[in-house]
Amino acid sequence: MSDIWWMILRRLALGVLTLFVVTLLIFGAIQLLPGDPAQAILGQAATPETLAALRTELGLDLPAWQRYLNWISGVLHGDFGVSLANKRPISELIAGRLANTLFLALYAAVIAVPLSLALGILAALWRGSWFDRAINVLTLSSISFPEFFVAYILIFWLAQSGLFPSISNIPPGAPLAEKLYRTFLPALTLTLVVTAHMMRMTRAAIINLLASPYIEMARLKGMGPTRVIVHHALPNALAPIINVVALNLAYLITGVVVVEVVFVYPGLGQLMVDSVAKRDIPVVQAAALIFAAAYILLNLAADVLSTLSNPRLVNKR
Amino acid sequence: MNGNPADGRFGAVSRRSLLRGATALGTAALLPLGSGRAAAQPKQGGTLRLAMAHGSSTDSYDPAMLENAFAQLFATARNGYMTEIAADGSLTGDIAESWEASPDARVWTFKLREGVTFHSGKPVTAEDVIASLDYHRGEESTSAAKPIVAPIVEIAADGPGTVVVTLESGNADFPFVISDYHLPILPATDGRIDPLSPDGCGGYVVESYEPGVRASMTRNPNYWKLPDRAHFDAVELLTIIDAAARQNALITGEVDVIDQVDVNTVHLLQRAPGVQILSTTGTQHFTFAMDTRAAPFSDNNVRLALKYAIDRQELLDKVLNGYGALGNDQPVGPSDRFFADLPQRAYDPDKAKFHLKEAGLDTLQVPLSAADAAFPGAVDAAVLYSEQAAAAGITIDVIREPNDGYWSNVWMVKPFVAVYWSGRPTADWMFSTAYAAGVAWNDTFWDNERFNQLLNEARSELDETKRAEMYREMQLLVRDDGGVVIPMFASYVMGLSDAIGHPEQVGANWTLDGFRAVERWWFA
Repeated sequence: MSDIWWMILRRLALGVLTLFVVTLLIFGAIQLLPGDPAQAILGQAATPETLAALRTELGLDLPAWQRYLNWISGVLHGDFGVSLANKRPISELIAGRLANTLFLALYAAVIAVPLSLALGILAALWRGSWFDRAINVLTLSSISFPEFFVAYILIFWLAQSGLFPSISNIPPGAPLAEKLYRTFLPALTLTLVVTAHMMRMTRAAIINLLASPYIEMARLKGMGPTRVIVHHALPNALAPIINVVALNLAYLITGVVVVEVVFVYPGLGQLMVDSVAKRDIPVVQAAALIFAAAYILLNLAADVLSTLSNPRLVNKR
Repeated sequence: MNGNPADGRFGAVSRRSLLRGATALGTAALLPLGSGRAAAQPKQGGTLRLAMAHGSSTDSYDPAMLENAFAQLFATARNGYMTEIAADGSLTGDIAESWEASPDARVWTFKLREGVTFHSGKPVTAEDVIASLDYHRGEESTSAAKPIVAPIVEIAADGPGTVVVTLESGNADFPFVISDYHLPILPATDGRIDPLSPDGCGGYVVESYEPGVRASMTRNPNYWKLPDRAHFDAVELLTIIDAAARQNALITGEVDVIDQVDVNTVHLLQRAPGVQILSTTGTQHFTFAMDTRAAPFSDNNVRLALKYAIDRQELLDKVLNGYGALGNDQPVGPSDRFFADLPQRAYDPDKAKFHLKEAGLDTLQVPLSAADAAFPGAVDAAVLYSEQAAAAGITIDVIREPNDGYWSNVWMVKPFVAVYWSGRPTADWMFSTAYAAGVAWNDTFWDNERFNQLLNEARSELDETKRAEMYREMQLLVRDDGGVVIPMFASYVMGLSDAIGHPEQVGANWTLDGFRAVERWWFA
């Protein structure tokens, strides 16, 4: 087992290194954006005097490397700084939005992961049947449409008929049941968007294994198809499935800004877009760091889990 | 109120006594007759849910910023101002009960209304007024309102209820100017305001605020305008940036009022049951601004050719779907008291060709920069313009610029650009913001000696007739010599649930009844 711990440690160290490179990339990319926060904040109302005054106030007159060092040392001390645009502490600004994003991602994942695994297994079980074809057509069409289109269709069917609210307007302190009800449509949209990928991977991985000799052996022993698939094929198909699930979970955290906008859901994506538009650099950097960390951690988890799912890798000779 | 500064007093009939009288008569008696719903009696109660197309997570309470309509309306709902622009475009008192000017319009004395308090209970005094205006002044100020308060030389208190403002030169419109939404009166401690505090003396008290998402407010029980204003018990402002989401929220009853209805789909929204459309045309206008210092725009004949080469009616019909009014190449709109009804300039390719010839040119090729950040539909408008101008032998190459950074990298940088102006409540304010020589937002870099001279003279002229004559000449100068093509004034188009009632006359100086829908409207 200690091998696993070593691997986790090594991966974590690599992850930290990756994060460091990411900070450089983020910072460099933001320097390339035309315009600066002072211009973006003042907008059409900017005059040379107000611009100069605001730049000095925000510390934008310092050279880039010095701003980078200030920022990175702050982050290492757990201090993300304050938003340039409205002076609010970034940790506070992001905490609420991150919680919202994670809530929605989790909600969608709780529906999507079991659903796509079940559909994938059933599709493998009844390969070539009408069920297999129908599921393939449905999930592939929902992934092929742009997210906002899926969202509008759901609003048209489920919100205009009064079943669900068209916007996720959650009053502060709402109970969980109300939260789940009000965020059902965005969660369903995300479910439709990610299901196809996971379901197809599950189906493909299992079908791939069904051709192997040990499955034939199991069949020859007289096992039923369900038992063959769930007990014999599935455990060996876990590694690719876990990887694709992790990838989709990362997408649910980082890539849902369109869904947030359509359903007016205050998540991290909207915050980041607003902040890019305002050149609110510290907020963009903090949000990008969180997204990068989410990707790294989920990939790490996927690696560890798929290693654990394979006894040959766990008990090396 | 005739708004005549010659007698130096605007506030003789206070808005309150006027309204009190009006309420006794029934508001409808005072206003033009109209549909029953709009003229119905105001009623107290209910929670207004209002969704706006603006609002960003980078917003704050700071009155020096307030850079989008959500922040501006939110500020107007929680704050009191010295003066208020009434729905008909005239000026009424708010915290200032009355005011008078020195004969040269340089020194203004404001008498503050008694008994006005902040939400915290502290009475509003001259000290608060001074600190609130001072916040935007001075070297260090980064306020967007800095140019507005820059002419102030001195602000002094004359007792707790009087404020005397001295300007560097006369300005007959000064009481109009300080109604600006950037200049709320906030409580002062030791001569300074806390710009990040939600306290104010307006009709609604902030309960919670999440920038870019929502703001919740409840009625201020001590509001001095009660019971004529602030009919809703509570107000919830929401940011819904996506146009379709906003319309859906209105149709499904999630919200009661939305702003910025997409003019391309307004007919569909109109068909939805329980929804009414409200549109107001005020000072908001769209322009194509030329850099008059740069060839070929330095030649007025080229500018005139370009002004004759645009079909304003087609732009109004196609880009705004008819929700607007024709522009006449000058920024003063019909709602302004100094609007001069000049003959409407029409699309005339022959005249355009004539002016090109006068300029010594057979053909003309100019680039036109546009992006939807300039105004919604700006790129379409530019393409239409280029089609229309082709008939006059003018080639307009439309350059689609990125939305991001439009105001810093394109506007006032490229020689011919599409621009959005929300307009200003007075002609002087509009002209001195964007047409006077050398001012920061003179986006045509226009410098007309006669115009500048008139502008300065008219500002301190207290005789209304003489003043009107001067503004007429200025409008003529901008129209015939200025560097700006103004195809249209754009309406504010809003969607309301049928349950919402509003006065017959709705303010057009800004969207949503001059940002005051929150306190002027009610549930019928």
